[in-house]
Amino acid sequence: MGKSKISVIIAREFAIRVKKKSFILTTLLTPLLFAALMVVPSLIAVYSGNEEGQQVAVVDESGIVMPYMQSDAEFEFVAVEGQGMDELKKDFDNLGYFALVGISPLDSAKNVSVVTYSKKQMNMDLKGRITRNVEEAVEEYKLKGYDIPQLAQIMEEIQPQVSMMTYTFDEKGEEKVSKVEIFMAIGYIASFLIYMFIFMFGSMVMRSVIEEKTTRIIEVIVSSVKPFQIMMGKILGVASVALTQFFIWIVFTLLIVTVAGSALGLNDAAQTMAVASSEIPVEEITKVVESDGDGFLQALKGVNYIQIIVCFVVYFALGYLLYSSMFAAVGAAVDNEADTQQLIFPITMPLIIGLFLMLHTFQYPDSALSFWGSVIPFTSPMVMMARIAYGVPAWELALSIGVLVLTFVAMAYLSGKIYRVGILMYGKKPGWKEIYKWLKY
Amino acid sequence: MGIITCSNITKKFGKFTALNSVSLDIPKGEIFGLLGPNGAGKTTLIRIINQITLPDSGELLFNGAPIRPDAVECIGYLPEERGLYKKMKVGEQAIYLARLKGMSTKEATAQLKEWFVKFGIQGWWDKKVEELSKGMAQKIQFITTVMHKPQLLILDEPFSGFDPVNVNLIRKEILALKEAGTTIILSTHNMESVEELCDSIALINKSNLVITGKVDDIRRQYGNNHVEVIYRGIQPVDVAMAPVTVVSDEEFKGNRRAVLDVQKGATSARILGELIKGNDIVSYQELMPRMNDIFIKLVTNS
Repeated sequence: MGKSKISVIIAREFAIRVKKKSFILTTLLTPLLFAALMVVPSLIAVYSGNEEGQQVAVVDESGIVMPYMQSDAEFEFVAVEGQGMDELKKDFDNLGYFALVGISPLDSAKNVSVVTYSKKQMNMDLKGRITRNVEEAVEEYKLKGYDIPQLAQIMEEIQPQVSMMTYTFDEKGEEKVSKVEIFMAIGYIASFLIYMFIFMFGSMVMRSVIEEKTTRIIEVIVSSVKPFQIMMGKILGVASVALTQFFIWIVFTLLIVTVAGSALGLNDAAQTMAVASSEIPVEEITKVVESDGDGFLQALKGVNYIQIIVCFVVYFALGYLLYSSMFAAVGAAVDNEADTQQLIFPITMPLIIGLFLMLHTFQYPDSALSFWGSVIPFTSPMVMMARIAYGVPAWELALSIGVLVLTFVAMAYLSGKIYRVGILMYGKKPGWKEIYKWLKY
Repeated sequence: MGIITCSNITKKFGKFTALNSVSLDIPKGEIFGLLGPNGAGKTTLIRIINQITLPDSGELLFNGAPIRPDAVECIGYLPEERGLYKKMKVGEQAIYLARLKGMSTKEATAQLKEWFVKFGIQGWWDKKVEELSKGMAQKIQFITTVMHKPQLLILDEPFSGFDPVNVNLIRKEILALKEAGTTIILSTHNMESVEELCDSIALINKSNLVITGKVDDIRRQYGNNHVEVIYRGIQPVDVAMAPVTVVSDEEFKGNRRAVLDVQKGATSARILGELIKGNDIVSYQELMPRMNDIFIKLVTNS
């Protein structure tokens, strides 16, 4: 009997939420956003979109720099002689240059200074290229001044050629290409999402408890169902909403990325990102796709996604259960949302501490602080997610999950007692003393 | 043996005693008035019967056996502070509440349709509760309280929020439910409806049971044994040999009205037999105290 009633409650809590327009919209639109975040940067990378063949006028008073200015499809450097910068600036609109570059005559130390003018903001890429080219010109000019024989050959030989690969290895001697940035990003995003979702769905439970209390329907319902069952039904109902939403998000995002990716001819990029699913921040991808794609791909494949996704769901579920039972108790203790401020503090505090610990953890995943943060149940969902990509020993995972489960059971028991008394109390806002007394009624 | 028997039920909240060793018996098939001023402990007792709260000590029997958790399905409870989910549709919500009482969706739908027809509110099924007026919502609440055909119905201020037409409708339904064998606990401050509807009552004040018993017995017990005689004429009443003394005697709507104090052991037949000799009697009745007066007297004295 009890079980079937709790399932009736779960079904209602689930149905009223998934039928809401706001739920349907966020569930369907968020994957579009995720997908856009993944696809758009690589689109930009592929069609790195500025107009081609823009001209940049160079007034080279040093006489040595111009040959070093390297044009490409996007920007063409054009030497201008016989006209000063002032005249060019005056005539800028008619001449149709994208930018003006003025190079001073060589000074006593054989250095030059560079000045640029443009109407549109010059991008980092172009600025960097001008600086590099000018430096190169000056450097070679200076070297030439020493009259070293076979200079060209020497320069080629001393050109440094260092490539760096970072490996982690485990007891079995398996080596993995390690990319700390990826692990950091995964840890950061996963634990931030956990924090956000616990907060979001936990306060959903709290608001719903307050609603039942203010509408007084709770008085009717407690005469049919035990308060603890009502509370658990609500918590599990909202949890099923959350899991449904995650599931749809993951499936849709992968679907959109794959379809859009192949439609736009971004096969490689799309695959990379499909593998990375939603865990990798965009800058990382574009940066690496442009440069050393191989090492990055290898590193991406070195990440255990199944483990991360499973842990994400487990830690979200357990962390949510723990916190939402506290949220439910707070909801039961007050008459309206405005009164929650003071009582909600012990809930938000550990959550925020967990978030701060996470900021430390994703840089120092194996420190003592990170270890304890990932065992203490109030912070472990966030902190453990920050560690997981780096690889966590099984016994630590088991310990962390075990402690979390036990704490949830204890917390559900205590919250149930507060809830049972609180839902039938109106009027005066209870203080900590009263709530402590409720535990003993 | 009544449907509910409480023996020595005590409930404390911290240092505050909400119920102090209350014992009472609620007879089956009756309408039982549960009376008392605000804060007396009525709601606590109702919650104990509903198994929302557990007593600290004492025993609660339901149909002669210690009450079990599944008894909630045989009880219907209309709390004084009552509400519905605002955003939920009326029909869906009523089915939800019925399922929590152990009914199947099919059963509940059939029952509800019947009640909606009876109350003439078929058009409300797909309305959201927030679109209903307070009185309309009260009707839905009444229906959801009784739809699972409970053996015991607990109504806390069932008439509040209704206009006179609907008060009458609810009153009729309560009496019909009693006819059908339902026991009803009626908690109200409206003493007229107690006199009119209740067979027995219990009065609780400051956590203690003050009195319980049949309404008529209690009224007689607290009466001062007066009778009222209305008669035609202009002369003062002629009590002749009747075993009474005159308390008052004055003009009353074109007739005269005398209140007489009856001597102990005198029967109405004897009094009337004497009175009728010298007076043109229009009406004669025992003067019972109003429940309202008894309530005030008991509460202020205790």
